[in-house]
Amino acid sequence: MPEALSLLCRVPAHPESRCWALAWSPGGALLASCGGDRAVRVWGRAGSSWTCRAVLGDGHQRTVRRVAWSPCGSYLASASFDGTTCIWKRQEDGFECVATLEGHENEVKSVAWAPSGSLLATCSRDKSVWVWEVDEEEEYECVSVLNAHTQDVKHVVWHPSQELLASASYDDTVRLYREEEDDWVCCATLEGHDSTVWAVAFDKEGERLASVSDDRTLRVWRRYHPGNKEGVACSGTDPTWKCVCTLSGYHSRTIYDVSWCHLTGALATACGDDAIRVFEESPTSEEAQPTFSLTTHVPRAHSQDVNGVAWNPKEPGLLASCSDDGDIAFWKYQSPEGC
Amino acid sequence: MVGPGPAPLENANPLIYRRSGERPVTARDEDEELPDAIDDREIFDLIRSINDPEHPLTLEELNVVEQVRVKVNDAESTVSVEFTPTIPHCSMATLIGLSIKVKLLRSLPERFKLDVHITPGTHVSEHAVNKQLADKERVAAALENSHLLEVVNQCLSARS
Repeated sequence: MPEALSLLCRVPAHPESRCWALAWSPGGALLASCGGDRAVRVWGRAGSSWTCRAVLGDGHQRTVRRVAWSPCGSYLASASFDGTTCIWKRQEDGFECVATLEGHENEVKSVAWAPSGSLLATCSRDKSVWVWEVDEEEEYECVSVLNAHTQDVKHVVWHPSQELLASASYDDTVRLYREEEDDWVCCATLEGHDSTVWAVAFDKEGERLASVSDDRTLRVWRRYHPGNKEGVACSGTDPTWKCVCTLSGYHSRTIYDVSWCHLTGALATACGDDAIRVFEESPTSEEAQPTFSLTTHVPRAHSQDVNGVAWNPKEPGLLASCSDDGDIAFWKYQSPEGC
Repeated sequence: MVGPGPAPLENANPLIYRRSGERPVTARDEDEELPDAIDDREIFDLIRSINDPEHPLTLEELNVVEQVRVKVNDAESTVSVEFTPTIPHCSMATLIGLSIKVKLLRSLPERFKLDVHITPGTHVSEHAVNKQLADKERVAAALENSHLLEVVNQCLSARS
């Protein structure tokens, strides 16, 4: 296989600790990282390397598990094992903590902003997903507590354009939620994985969802609306999500993260075997039975488990990854010939 | 993850097994020129003296750990340990597994992938305990819990 993924630079982002997750700012100029050292760091490009622009070190008492930027890029949310989520506002000379969201009974595992920027979701070891509303005064109010999962909830992400929320759990399922008459309801349960689902990612249009799991597979789910021509049954007015592709045999340990590039369509995975892999949909792929092929496999991308992968939202092929070794790595992905 | 049980003992009269002898030193071990790969016995030596949470005995003396249930592949940086709870309903199984995991995490180079499992067929909640021990996020969270960490450290402390 040709060198489709080349290393641009490696940064010891959370030394003596692990780096748990990454998030690009919507403009693609900044990358936020978080880790076991309880800190959030914000990175910016400096020539051919990346330098730390801000350390958000005083918000959390325990590990920071995930970070997320608001769609406007002015706010950063951080989810922590201390049970809280901090909202950081970007100032001229750094970031200020403007709100601390409390309520979860224990570790907060993930946080995500809705595309409108007026809703935020958090999820926790306490098995719940909370939806928060942000008002003009920057006040955050919990508008719904969703208890559909029966175990630890690992990840939440919003649909790229709609107010549709997805969550992944230790109970091996993915669930979807939408608003219904002033409350939020679970509108779909995606069953198929044989173990913990660690992360999910929507494609650009939001008609498909990728999920990765401790069962070492990646699954692609497709949305079928009522009255679809394929004849997939729907209950009532809710669409049905059906698994249309399972990639198994590629990963040798738990898959911790997945990123679906909205510019190129490439799927990257972060694996507990220290490798990064990239998959692309075949040109002959069929809608109802898509085929994806492995285009890149970097076996020792990091010296320990890879925890996060994130495609830059503006620069096609720019990928960031992070690991238990505390490093962030930046990669340039070039789609191989004929793909 | 686990709380310490205020205890009537679950298994009041466990079978006690004989400890193995010291590891014999070979000529190869003494040759400083040769690289020393980590082997099964070395891993077993790291975990055999871990204390049982409820008895003043080691995991080796209770036959919870055995050298034959340790598998090391130094070249591939993998370590797999199976442990056998003394009774199939042992509520301490997760704590014992966590202690083994923490001991190995602290002792081995970071390149090693550690898998700690219950010996198949020896515990009623085998799948649930294995899944929890394999979830590094929950293990990380557990180790940030000072109370639980204290209990684990007690299991790992050398007895005087």
